[in-house]
Amino acid sequence: MTLAPETTTLKVQVNVGHDWVTVCDLDRLPAGRGVAALLPDGRQIALFRDRAGRTYGIDNRDPFCGAAVLSRGLTGNHQGRPFVASPLLKQRFDLESGQCLDDPAVSVAVYEVRAV
Amino acid sequence: MSATLGATPTIVLVGHGMVGQRFLEALAERGLTATHRVVVLCEEPRPAYDRVQLTSYFSGKTPEDLSMTDLDFIRDHGIELYVGDPAESIDRESRKVTARSGLVVDYDVLVLATGSYPFVPPVPNKDAEGCFVYRTIEDLLAIEEYAKSKATTGAVVGGGLLGLEAAGALKGLGLTSHIVEFAPRLMPVQVDEGGGAALLRTIEEMGLSVHTGVGTQEILVGENGSVTGMKLSDGSELATDMVVFSAGVRPRDQLARDCGLTVGERGGITVDEQCRTVSDPHVFAIGECALASDGRVYGLVAPGYEMAETAAATIAADDAEQLEFTGADLSTKLKLLGVDVASFGDAHGTADDCLDVVYSDSRSGLYKKLVIGRDGTLLGGILVGDAEAYGTLKAFTGSVPPVSPESLVLPAGAGESAQLGPTALPDEAIICSCNNVTKGTIRGAVTEHKCTTVPEVKKCTKAGTTCGSCVKVLGQLINAELEASGVEVDKGLCGCFSQTREELYEIVLALRINSYQDLLDRYGREGARGGDGCETCKPAVASIIASLAPTIGASGYVLDGEQASLQDTNDHFLANLQKNGSYSVVPRIPGGEITPEGLIVIGEIARDFGLYTKITGGQRIDMFGARVEQLPLIWARLVDAGFESGHAYGKSLRTVKSCVGQTWCRYGVQDSVRMAIDLELRYRGLRSPHKLKSAVSGCARECAEAQSKDFGVIATSNGWNLYVGGNGGATPRHADLLAQDLSDAELIRLIDRFLMFYIRTADRLERTSVWLERIPGGLDHIRDVVVNDSLGICEELESLMAAHVSHYRDEWAETINDPEKLARFVSFINAPDTPDPVVGFVPEREQIKPDLPLLTIGMRPMEALEGSATR
Ligand code: SRM
Ligand SMILES: Cc1cc2nc3c(=O)[nH]c(=O)nc-3n(C[C@H](O)[C@H](O)[C@H](O)COP(=O)(O)OP(=O)(O)OC[C@H]3O[C@@H](n4cnc5c(N)ncnc54)[C@H](O)[C@@H]3O)c2cc1C
Ligand code: SF4
Ligand code: FES
Repeated sequence: MTLAPETTTLKVQVNVGHDWVTVCDLDRLPAGRGVAALLPDGRQIALFRDRAGRTYGIDNRDPFCGAAVLSRGLTGNHQGRPFVASPLLKQRFDLESGQCLDDPAVSVAVYEVRAV
Repeated sequence: MSATLGATPTIVLVGHGMVGQRFLEALAERGLTATHRVVVLCEEPRPAYDRVQLTSYFSGKTPEDLSMTDLDFIRDHGIELYVGDPAESIDRESRKVTARSGLVVDYDVLVLATGSYPFVPPVPNKDAEGCFVYRTIEDLLAIEEYAKSKATTGAVVGGGLLGLEAAGALKGLGLTSHIVEFAPRLMPVQVDEGGGAALLRTIEEMGLSVHTGVGTQEILVGENGSVTGMKLSDGSELATDMVVFSAGVRPRDQLARDCGLTVGERGGITVDEQCRTVSDPHVFAIGECALASDGRVYGLVAPGYEMAETAAATIAADDAEQLEFTGADLSTKLKLLGVDVASFGDAHGTADDCLDVVYSDSRSGLYKKLVIGRDGTLLGGILVGDAEAYGTLKAFTGSVPPVSPESLVLPAGAGESAQLGPTALPDEAIICSCNNVTKGTIRGAVTEHKCTTVPEVKKCTKAGTTCGSCVKVLGQLINAELEASGVEVDKGLCGCFSQTREELYEIVLALRINSYQDLLDRYGREGARGGDGCETCKPAVASIIASLAPTIGASGYVLDGEQASLQDTNDHFLANLQKNGSYSVVPRIPGGEITPEGLIVIGEIARDFGLYTKITGGQRIDMFGARVEQLPLIWARLVDAGFESGHAYGKSLRTVKSCVGQTWCRYGVQDSVRMAIDLELRYRGLRSPHKLKSAVSGCARECAEAQSKDFGVIATSNGWNLYVGGNGGATPRHADLLAQDLSDAELIRLIDRFLMFYIRTADRLERTSVWLERIPGGLDHIRDVVVNDSLGICEELESLMAAHVSHYRDEWAETINDPEKLARFVSFINAPDTPDPVVGFVPEREQIKPDLPLLTIGMRPMEALEGSATR
């Protein structure tokens, strides 16, 4: 959730505990749309970038259906909070906290993402 | 068999028609169903239905649609309903009714609601094969069957309201139709000479032959005993294959006569102001079978409802509610064969010293007359051709309208015509005469019961639930009331836009805005500008931009630039997401026609990629189980073999189904396959507020189910009939007939206009069926706009469609030729060659299905993910 200046040579990195793993060039991350990345331990992460250039990372798996598809959802803004809506059954997840906005009992893991 | 007289008193209702049903509701409302045993003897094979809307059966309403009886209501109130078991005799001495089945019921109160029967003049051969009446659903089914199999010409005896309806129905069934009316004009009861002339002209223009001033002397039959024609009183003969008698109705009072109840000289069971028979305090009669205390038999439903309420209140012996039925208004408004005809109050000007104000334009079939009393009181009137003002005028009847009477009948634009809105009406004004609902009650529904829509108010007040002629005024009143009470209904698309989809469409088109961000930043709500939008408006705006792409200078390719990020996930991948994250692929198979080679290619591709195949409900083939990275490879093979995207993923044209049609089928009258292919290729790729489906049938047998489609086409021997607004899905709706006997070019032009008008004005995710029911004026309005060009926009609609058609490109081909786009079709951005491990399959019936347990593996508790994020 760091502010990333808008340049194309930057790399997107994800914090996986003690290390930062580089996943792709920032320009592969289109504003308003996500991509999925595979972490070294086999976990899947959904990466997003908003219009202001901020990047986000949450677990790619839709906790309601089990499929790894959150990266393919539509993003948006709800009361100032960025979210992604699952493409399967449309539940929304806060990109900063991982909290499901439609079911307080459900959340997904969030990852620290930066562009360097 | 005899039902014993228990402790609870018994009410027996004979006749479960419209009035009978209302009577049951009135009993329930007054709590009488709890304190009484209620037994209903129903002659027809089905419980009460909406006879007033009977003719709508021919425009697609099913008997179920017409039903007025909620079986839950019957059950919840413990009503014993005997369907198909008419009362045969009444023993008033011992208070017993005997039904045909032998059932005997003792009654404390007997209510006769037996309605009327159609009068058939006693002419020779009146019962021959091919003679019909027009009263029940069964009558219509019989007419339909005969018309379809044995007739090409039909004649209706009687040019009254029902006769015209019947003649219109025959015409709709494809028959050459005649109307024979004894009186010198059509609808002699409702309209005067001038009105009759206007009506005649319009009806003849529709291709119906009208013979007025002649009676029917004899029905002519052929050797096999079925109708071949009729002999008229002027000596002439009219050849016809079938005859429908619609020469008025007579009260069904035989049962009453047989048990000695007093009946009127010209029929009708004589009742007092409480609807109690004058002969027996235990017996009531209501509806069309009753001769009311004012000496009249009422052949309309509204007075019948009033009688039902009166009888129920009397039986309840509720002193607080002393109802009386002493007579009723005979106002009617009808839409006959598409012509508005209304009469209200003292339409024929029988009052002393009354004056007429008449506006007549026989060129356009308009005739309007108001009857005004000496003091300026509006006494009644007749409207033919344009009955817009009916609701308001009727409610003003009996008072002096606030504007001059002339201005009320002049057409807009001619002189000083005044729009007298329903807001000017007093609270006591009756808005719905069928159900006796006043303006005050409707306002109350909005202010006290918080209704905000027409359907809600209908439910709350019953207004508008019968003939429907008041619905328009109802809508106006509700809106006025909402505005007055300061209720600000946010009609905005979502939290980002305060405009409706329709308004955004207009903005995009008018200002040629081809970027979502631009639209949001300039026209979004205050707080949303500059932001990221949301999942509601993004696809909606993407769809508008795509529909208008060539016109507003946007790319017609939905994955271009910013457009890609706005698309729903299915459009984003040009395929349909399945539950495990895999996709399905549906190539277009226009009209469902496919060569053996085509089938083989699809089979080979599916086999090579290990896909599950299934024939869809849309006459094509779906291949399931493709991983995202396989999609372009599959498309490449398909495109190579001449296939293209079937847009199974888009809110756009899906399929145009077809039947085999004239080419092979012995019944076919047009080449339905060719037309289906033409339509599918014309409208493919057209992005719209919701998906669009179509079908073309080669004859009226309708094997392609065109009437369940957004736009459906059925061949006739003269061309094509176009139906619109059909729907399958959870709320099925039969399509309405928009136009008949169109040539190929006319058909396509009309569909162009219809679709573009829908795209322009519908809400997001609003199918044509819902749209058609929502928009003010409904089908009539749509017909006005797209057939009569009442808004003068048809040329624009056509040119928008022309632009779409000429700019169409296949999205799959476009994508496989664009390396940058192709790079998106990977499971992982950082491991393009690795497939998503969660997408797995297991065997099922010699094919595959998603491996669901795989989806649950690794569904670890959330906290584990935080802590164990090592490697
Ligand atoms: C594949 C198919 C079922 C089949 O195996 O036969 C199908 C599958 C789906 N239908 Fe359907 N419908 C299919 C024919 C139909 C039909 C029959 C027809 O078209 O003649 C209907 C009823 C007709 C109609 O639409 O009025 C139909 C009415 C629906 C509806 C209800 C629409 C409504 O207005 O109520 C939905 C839900 C929606 O669109 O909101 C729906 C939605 C869906 C979705 C998109 C549900 C979803 O979100 O996953 C399914 C995805 C298809 C996929 O993944 O490929 N499907 N669906 C059929 C594809 C036809 C084709 O070749 O394109
Ligand atoms: C095509 C058509 C269009 C119409 N349009 C309009 C309109 O626009 N506006 C309007 O106000 N009115 C209209 N009407 C008239 C309206 O339908 C009637 O006024 C209304 O149905 C009368 O209701 P009812 O209950 O008295 O009679 P019905 O609805 O006829 O019901 C009487 C029932 O009693 C049954 N019955 C008879 N004898 C027995 C027995 N012995 N035992 C058991 N059951 C028995 C009959 O089978 C019938 O089902 C129209 C009628 C038709 C046919
Ligand atoms: S709709 Fe008519 S033409 Fe088409 S297959 Fe059926 S019967 Fe034949
Ligand atoms: S006037 Fe007939 S439904 Fe209201």
